[in-house]
Amino acid sequence: MIEDETAFSYTHRHLLGIEGLSPPEITALLDQSEGYVEQNRQADKKQGVLRGRTIINLFFEASTRTRTSFELAGKRLGGDVINMSVSNSSVKKGETLIDTAMTLNAMHPDVLVVRHPASGAVKLLSEKVNCAVINAGDGSHEHPTQALLDALTIRRRRGELSGLTVAICGDVQHSRVARSNIHLLNTMGARVRVIAPRTLIPAEAARLGVEVFHDMDRGLEGCDIVMMLRLQTERMHSNFFPSIREYFHFFALDYDNLAKAKPDALIMHPGPMNRGVEIDSEVADDYGRSVIREQVEMGVAVRMACLELLSRNLSNDISRNL
Amino acid sequence: MTSKSESAPGRVAYINARLLDPASDLDATGDVLTEGEAIADLGPGLFADGVPEGVEIVDCGGHCLCPGLVDIRVQLREPGEEHKGTLASAGRAAVAGGITSMVCLPNTLPVIDDMSAVEFVARRARLLGLTKVYAYGAITKGLEGKELAEMGMLTESGAVAFTDGVTALADAQVMRQALNYARTFDLLIIQHPEEPSLALGGDMNAGEMATRMGLVGIPREAEVIMVERDLRLAELTGGRLHFAHLSTGIAIDAVRQAKARGINVTCDTAPPYFALNETAVGDYRTFAKLSPPLRHEEDRLAVIQGLLDGTIDAIASDHAPEDEDAKRLPFAQAAFGGIGLETLLSVSLELYHNGYLPLLQVLRLLTCKPSDLLGLSAGRLKRGAPADLTLFDPDSAWRVREQDLLSKSKNTPFDYRPLQGRVLMSVVDGRRVFSRDS
Repeated sequence: MIEDETAFSYTHRHLLGIEGLSPPEITALLDQSEGYVEQNRQADKKQGVLRGRTIINLFFEASTRTRTSFELAGKRLGGDVINMSVSNSSVKKGETLIDTAMTLNAMHPDVLVVRHPASGAVKLLSEKVNCAVINAGDGSHEHPTQALLDALTIRRRRGELSGLTVAICGDVQHSRVARSNIHLLNTMGARVRVIAPRTLIPAEAARLGVEVFHDMDRGLEGCDIVMMLRLQTERMHSNFFPSIREYFHFFALDYDNLAKAKPDALIMHPGPMNRGVEIDSEVADDYGRSVIREQVEMGVAVRMACLELLSRNLSNDISRNL
Repeated sequence: MTSKSESAPGRVAYINARLLDPASDLDATGDVLTEGEAIADLGPGLFADGVPEGVEIVDCGGHCLCPGLVDIRVQLREPGEEHKGTLASAGRAAVAGGITSMVCLPNTLPVIDDMSAVEFVARRARLLGLTKVYAYGAITKGLEGKELAEMGMLTESGAVAFTDGVTALADAQVMRQALNYARTFDLLIIQHPEEPSLALGGDMNAGEMATRMGLVGIPREAEVIMVERDLRLAELTGGRLHFAHLSTGIAIDAVRQAKARGINVTCDTAPPYFALNETAVGDYRTFAKLSPPLRHEEDRLAVIQGLLDGTIDAIASDHAPEDEDAKRLPFAQAAFGGIGLETLLSVSLELYHNGYLPLLQVLRLLTCKPSDLLGLSAGRLKRGAPADLTLFDPDSAWRVREQDLLSKSKNTPFDYRPLQGRVLMSVVDGRRVFSRDS
């Protein structure tokens, strides 16, 4: 399957966001990922398609699972992977984002995987380098590989995304995961709901093509998929919600409100979870319905597919890419 | 006079009454039958064939029988400042004033910003068996204007709406978040509309009086600036907003225009603002030191206009007990606030006697409208409604005297004022909790 030239493929140089991608492009990324799921379950997980390629994980924001996932993905494809946590090096010395990009660019990487706390920063960086750039999360804007791995998880369980009703619950306001998922699910023909207190729903959210709810029972009614978001508890001090106990009381996922969703509804969470904040522990550990661990597994496959497809698009002569 | 519960609720016929129900525009001679805690029936000629056997008869003597008054702004001082007022003293004063439901501000000690405080008020009030008492929850923890209180859970414990009491919520972002968060649960936010930096250090209305008396003035703009800001935030968030005790014509104009624009806003005023003006401060009378301050005569007339055209949705007593230690002081050092439970109806009736408002409209502002604002079940004469009734003589003359008041603190701005119209009896949940002797 990996050798196959699919009818549609992913032809962009970068993967900066889901918004603007077409259904065939998303399908191509998911189809490509599918092949790696099986490979990752074998004893020999290694391939050589990225032999000779250099991948730099450039993280301006703390991350363990996303960075590890990209690192494994690169290594399993035979690439050379370097991790850079910039929050405690150049930035502290006053180097600007663009200076950092130019410096790294001079070392001729093939793919930069970038996470940055500011929305739009990854795009800005992508305009200054010759290589491919994957957005591993920029501020509250997008986190495309998370949406892809969520989509892959759902697709493997439900066959297709089209026609499903997906509820995204929690801090939509500050969530790049929510935005990427909203774009992807809408593009693929799912119906998307968001559920949160009004303070955690961004202005004009309905314009993104979602149905807005402020009550878990009503919002979860008849849903196929329940996607929880991580609540940053320090938001309490900016009055997005009064207390953790009140948030838990009204907006956490528990068996009572989950009963409103379809009986076989899947529970998802991008991690790391706050048990007792946005999700009741019992529900999180429900093996029959929670696919939270599966999401992590799909993450590696999706990132392998992204790295592979992007490097396929790179010219062999890197200097021609800009 | 007595104020204790006289009878367990049975079946009682209130006969020979002038029935006044503003919600249904009823104004007719008739009778009311209560059964247990509810109104069983009412209407003209209800007992045309005589009162059935076994029903207790109360002859209303042709006086006015209306739904019990609903007072949406009362400071209780309990817990924390029982030397100024208690639930019991406020309850006795309230039933003497015809008030059968009242809503207390959260500015007690401790502040009503958690569930146990809401439940404390409800439990104490139930045990007293006088006026029904509801509580507002604090918008912000400790009334500090910084972090939101647990409005959702407070509502589940019984809080009927949210306010920081006598403190304005000054921070615009906190107000925005409060309106937005409250709208999640369809809750009402009540603001004391006064820009604190403009009111800081002020004692009375800014103007000629303050200048002559050498007191620091609080300009009318302190009120309208906060009103206009919050109207913008209500428009931004779609939240439900209510302004307490409006005192100025310019602020009432702002609300009038906002209502015309379709903004979800309501407001109330208190008797001092349509019955008194800044001249009541006279010879440094600290009983007339109120917050907001008594304003110019033009503002008083604008308040009446607001009541007349429906811009103002309710009249509340703004009962604020202060003891002598807090009031027997140089004007600048004296506390703000006046009591109002026992004079609420009588002073409001001046609007009727002076020809400004029909009697039913005065009562509407004291019964069904405030009740509907907070979603209470009170304020109506109808079958199945709680048997909360007020009997009053609209014409009997009396004079407010400190020594006659039941309120624990006596700081009324209406001291020695002759009034026309007086409460004769109050019924709460079918029980006669007050009847005036003689």
